[in-house]
Formats: sequence, C-alpha cells, structure tokens
Amino acid sequence: MAVPIITFENVTKRFGKVVAVDNVSLSVEEGEFFSLLGPSGCGKTTLLRMLAGFEMPTEGRILIDGQDVSNIPPNRRPVNMVFQSYAVFPHMSVAENVAYGLKIEGVPAPERRRRVEEALDLVQLHGLADRKPDQLSGGQRQRVALARALVKRPRVLLLDEPLSALDAKLREQMRTELCTLQEKVGITFMMVTHDQDEALALASRCAVMNRGLLQQVATPNDLYEFPNSRFVADFIGSVNLFEGVLAVDEPDQAVIRSADLAADIYLDHGVTGGRGTTVWAALRPEKIELSKYVEGVGPPVIDDAPAGSNSVRGIIRHEAYLGSESTYEVEIPGGRRLKVLRSNLTRWDQEDFSLGETVWLSWHACSPAVLLS
Amino acid sequence: MAQSPTPPGPLEYLRRWPLQVWLLGVGTFLYAPLLALVAFSFNDSRRNIVWKGFTLKYYAKVFHDAALIEAFANSLTIAAISTGISLLLGALAALVLWRFRFPGKAGLDGALGLPIVVPEICMGVAMLVFFAKVLPWPQGLVWPLNLGAIIISHVSFSFPFVAVVVRARMASFNRELEEAARDLGAGELQTLRDVILPHMVPSLIAGGFLAFTLSLDDFVITFFTSGPDTVTFPVKVYSMVRFSVTPEVNAASTILIVLTVILTAIALRLQGNQVAAAAHQPVERG
Repeated sequence: MAVPIITFENVTKRFGKVVAVDNVSLSVEEGEFFSLLGPSGCGKTTLLRMLAGFEMPTEGRILIDGQDVSNIPPNRRPVNMVFQSYAVFPHMSVAENVAYGLKIEGVPAPERRRRVEEALDLVQLHGLADRKPDQLSGGQRQRVALARALVKRPRVLLLDEPLSALDAKLREQMRTELCTLQEKVGITFMMVTHDQDEALALASRCAVMNRGLLQQVATPNDLYEFPNSRFVADFIGSVNLFEGVLAVDEPDQAVIRSADLAADIYLDHGVTGGRGTTVWAALRPEKIELSKYVEGVGPPVIDDAPAGSNSVRGIIRHEAYLGSESTYEVEIPGGRRLKVLRSNLTRWDQEDFSLGETVWLSWHACSPAVLLS
Repeated sequence: MAQSPTPPGPLEYLRRWPLQVWLLGVGTFLYAPLLALVAFSFNDSRRNIVWKGFTLKYYAKVFHDAALIEAFANSLTIAAISTGISLLLGALAALVLWRFRFPGKAGLDGALGLPIVVPEICMGVAMLVFFAKVLPWPQGLVWPLNLGAIIISHVSFSFPFVAVVVRARMASFNRELEEAARDLGAGELQTLRDVILPHMVPSLIAGGFLAFTLSLDDFVITFFTSGPDTVTFPVKVYSMVRFSVTPEVNAASTILIVLTVILTAIALRLQGNQVAAAAHQPVERG
C-alpha cells in the first residue's frame, strides 16, 4: 500500500488543562476529499491547524508524505489553507493576492503571471484580477482564497469551514463547485465542518470527532447507515434511539427488548454482543413506515421477518409539511415520541394522516442499527 | 418671498433656537480668540491694544528676527526627530502588547499610559532632575545634537500616544491574515512587512501627526529641559510675551497656526483615504 499522504500518530494537543485533541491516529490517502466533522469545540479545527503548522502537537507525530512535519513552521509545509474568514489581503488586488505565495517562493514574474491567470481561470475569476477585495462579494472572495492556495500546488488543501459564511443558495452552488474543483486538480482536500450535510455531500471519507476523540472514520454512507456509537448516530441526521437488552442473539436473528418500546425489536441478523448485553437500537425517521390503523387488523406486512412484525401503534402528535417530505411526531404507548419522515411522492391522493389519528408504525428487520456504545 | 417654513422634525435640533444659541456660544469661545490673534497680527501698533491700521511689517520683522527663526527651526527639528523615534517606539510597543502574552504585560500596559496621565508640570520637573542629576546632557554640542535632551523628553511623552493609536488599530486586525501569509510561505518578518504593516499605516499616520503637533507646541516640559542655546518656538514666544504682547508675537503665532492647520488637513486627507479604504473591508466571520 502506498504511503498515506497525511498521518496523525497518537496526536494529543493540550491547551493548559484543556485537552483539545486526545490521542488521535488517522491517515488520509492521496486524492481523498476528507472531512473532519463534529460539534464546535470537538477539536477538529485544532487538528487542521496542527496540520497547517499553526499549532504544535503536545504529543504524537504528524507526517506528510511519510515525513515528520511536527516541528516544521507553517511557511515550509507543503499544505495550503482556505481560511474561514477567507483572509484575503485587503490592500492587495485579486491578482496580487493570488501571486503572493509565488512571489515569496521566488517564482519568476512571467511564470508567476501565467500561473496566477491559470488559477483565476480555475475558480472562474478571470476579468476580476485588478479588483480590490472590497469590491468583491463573499463568494468571490472565497474563490480568491481558493485560487491563492491552489496556485501554490500544495500536497493537501486545507479548508476551514469553507462554506459557513455564505448564504444558503450560494453554499449549495459552492458545494458542487468544490467537488468539481477537487476532481479537476486532483489534490487531496481536507475540510473541517460542523455541518453534517456539507460533510456528507462533499467528502469521500469523514472523521467524526467529539471532545477531542475520534469517534468514527468512514464513508458518508457508512456513517449514516452504520454508525458505531450513539454519538455518531445522533450527530449525523436524526434518529430514534432505544435502549434495550439482547433477549435473543443468534447468527441469523436477534431480538432487542426495550422498556421504551411496547414491542420487541426483531432483527434479521445477529449481533456480536451475546444475550443480556445492553445495546441501543437506532432507527432513522425515514425507515419507519406509517399506515392507517384499523381496529383488529395489524399493519401491512412489510417484511418477511423471521418473527414478530416490528410494529407499534401510535398517535400522531405533531406534523410538519416540508414540501418534499413531511415529518411526524408519533406518541407510542409509554409516552415516547418517535420521529417519522414520509416522502411526498405524489401530488394528491396521499394517505392523509392528521393530528390525533392512531396509526401503525412499522419497519424492516434490517433497518435499526444496533449500537454497543 | 413668503415661504412658510416646515416645522422642525423630531430630531432636527439644529433648527431649534436653544441649540443654535449654544452652538453660537461654543463657536465664539472656540474661535474668537484665534480670530483676534490673527487680526491683531496685522495691527499697526507697537502696544497692540487698540486697532491702528493694517500692516504686514510685523511679518517682515518676524522673518528677520534671527532668534525667532532659530527657535522655529529648533522646534521643527525636535518635532521631526522625536516624531520619528516615537513612531518606531510606539508602534513596537503596540505590537508587543497586541501580539504577545508575557508576565508583566498588564503592568507594561498601565505604565505605557502613565506619561499621558501624569501632569505635564511633573513630567517637566522630572525631566529637569533627570537631565541634571541622572544623565546630564553634555553642553555645547553641535546642532542638532544639543537638542538631545528636549528630543528625548518629547519622545517620552509622545510615544505612548502613538502606541495607543496603533494598538486601537491593531484590535481590528484579523489574525487569520497573518496566518494566511505564513501559510503562503512568508516568514515572520515578511508577514510583518506585507500584511501587518499595511494594516497599521493609517494609525501610523494619525499617531505621527499627533506626536508632531504635541512636540511642536509643547511648552511646559520643554521649558524645563531647554537651555539658553536650545530655545524652541513656544519658549521663545513666552519670553517675548513677558516683555509685552507685540504684534510680532501675534504674527509668529499666526504662522504656527497656519502651519498646523495645513499639516492637520494633509493628515486628515491621507488618513481619510486610508480609513475609507479600510472601512470598505467588511468583517465576515462565521
């Protein structure tokens, strides 16, 4: 296997008594769009800043291309950063901003001009080369910051919350553009974000952090469908969590008995826990199906699960119509409310669920994710 | 033309008579003395008490008064040199306080403001004692070295003003700009030159003019540090007034006023451009 482009080896960073990054080991392969995701204060920005060289690790090593950079100052590292505030130099024109890094590097003027032009083309800023930053919009300033970093041809491009300062429409557009840009330049991107949508949409792989600890490193799909902890399940998307014990645990089936839920949860796969283990079942709102309640008739069988029907009765307590989908809060016996999401697939003739109505909630035996921590 | 004026709006205080009277009063007490000074510099009278007629002869006299010219040259030299040193010291002090954390920072911060709040007369006496007992400035040096004591004392009270102004400016500096420069390959000094210094420029201009005018018209502290060979303009004017307020004093003062006004106008203009440019840079933080 090739040498990973970035390696964090047991990296710990303390600020006084506060542990910002706690024994993180992580490697990123060349060409990845890697995203560090987590709530604010989880240490993701510190990790990125250590990679850029603005912070030194208290313990552990950071390697770029297999070379230890822990003690190399930021100006001599083969990485460049797009800052959260963009940090475009206000007293320089767009072209001067982009040329700055090359000038420091000592690139001769003709080549400098050519590369600046190339970089500006890349981020679609041609024609704005002579503008001053105060004549640019937020989105344009961000492009300047991108061009300024990319023109240095870094091994890794670091992005610190790149889209957080843009308005919603522009953010959507820049998301797509960042993706295209990364494919075009083929440079490894490492992005910090607290926005899970952004991370899921952009990254080829994500690391979820919490309180300085690395929680899970996986593809967006795996993070969502196969979270490894309650924190990840809850942080990525929304989820209904049930605490319970494994009543049955066999290779091809398992049953979770939860005090929160009137019915047992049947699974069509085994859990590596063993009977009596405390586990959590994470059920995503869109994986619960709503159907009309008819007295004496059970819910439609949606699964040929080995046993049980994985369904409970509930009363709709809250409904929000969001256009493409509707969300419901359904109260089940025992008082808990479950989040349910339903796509609005047709324009009319939809089954009309109304507040206070009793409904069946049901799900596939493979839908809940079983969490051991 | 009978034009019925619209009644003043709720916030149009300037159209109500009490405020107009107030403004008139303020204007009178601010500018009438200056106007009188300027007017009487053209008065054709030795004693300068009643108006006797227009003349420019006292201006001619000023320009032929070697002692006055020398005092004026001294003042300008002292102001120029002390401004230069104050800018350097003040900017460095501001940078240190802005950039670093170190033990005794609060103490230094407070001590820096001391020359601003200590009464000038105390500063003057302190300087007198200092240059008499602690560090006697050698006598009989060639010009402008003989002005050394005055220059040092001027630096000591004007560089804190520069530091305060520069520091206030640095508070609006986005630290990510510095990091961006480092990230793009710049060393510490290149970052200082290419990113931090350009941000400081407006405050350096403002601080410089502040220091220059403070030095130019300082009387109290200078009075205690100047010797017979090192008379500055304000000290000279004072000694002239002790005999009598002649139109010559008025003329000299008028020249100084005009000079200060011109300098201030230039400063405002330079600073206005810079500040306007800086104000256009919106602060966007997530």
